[in-house]
Amino acid sequence: MTNPVFERIQQDLSDNAVVLYMKGTPMFPQCGFSAAVVQVLSDLGVKFKGIDILVDPSLRDAIKEFTNWPTLPQLYVKGEFVGGCDIVREMAANGELQQLLTARNVPFSA
Amino acid sequence: MSIRAAIETKLTQALAPTRLAVFDESDRHVGHPGWDPKGETHFCVDIVSPAFAGKSRIERHRMVHTLLDAELKGGVHALALSVKAPGEE
Repeated sequence: MTNPVFERIQQDLSDNAVVLYMKGTPMFPQCGFSAAVVQVLSDLGVKFKGIDILVDPSLRDAIKEFTNWPTLPQLYVKGEFVGGCDIVREMAANGELQQLLTARNVPFSA
Repeated sequence: MSIRAAIETKLTQALAPTRLAVFDESDRHVGHPGWDPKGETHFCVDIVSPAFAGKSRIERHRMVHTLLDAELKGGVHALALSVKAPGEE
């Protein structure tokens, strides 16, 4: 824990069951890949916290280091990194994401 | 060497893929953040390699990220991945 921003990330991850680090907001995504994950989560009816990394350059760098993942968006469920856009879409398509949400007691509607 | 050629070379040498296609999709992201008029900013890689067998999705993506670290820290802004082991296609 060398980066001071990591504390804030840890806090957001413990305060929210599902967190999406993204470019833009869930209402106004600024990137097609972020928009795609918002769409997946919305289709499933999952309540999630979207965190816009574009408004905070220090967070943008820190989340890549924290996750050891060079791209955005990044989806976390119950503090566990799930993946980026490609992985989330694959998992939603074959039902793995729904299984993960069920296993972690995260409510969803679809 | 173009970035696309560098991606192909690095993945081929390290992973001996049975299928590899690298698409430069920069033209589909004109004007988006990270886009550069010089091109070669947005890529899509479709790769099948025995090296991915038994690995999780996250592990597979990290293997590719590590191999392409220089490109990701250079001009490559987006890297969409389809990463599979033989038999999963």
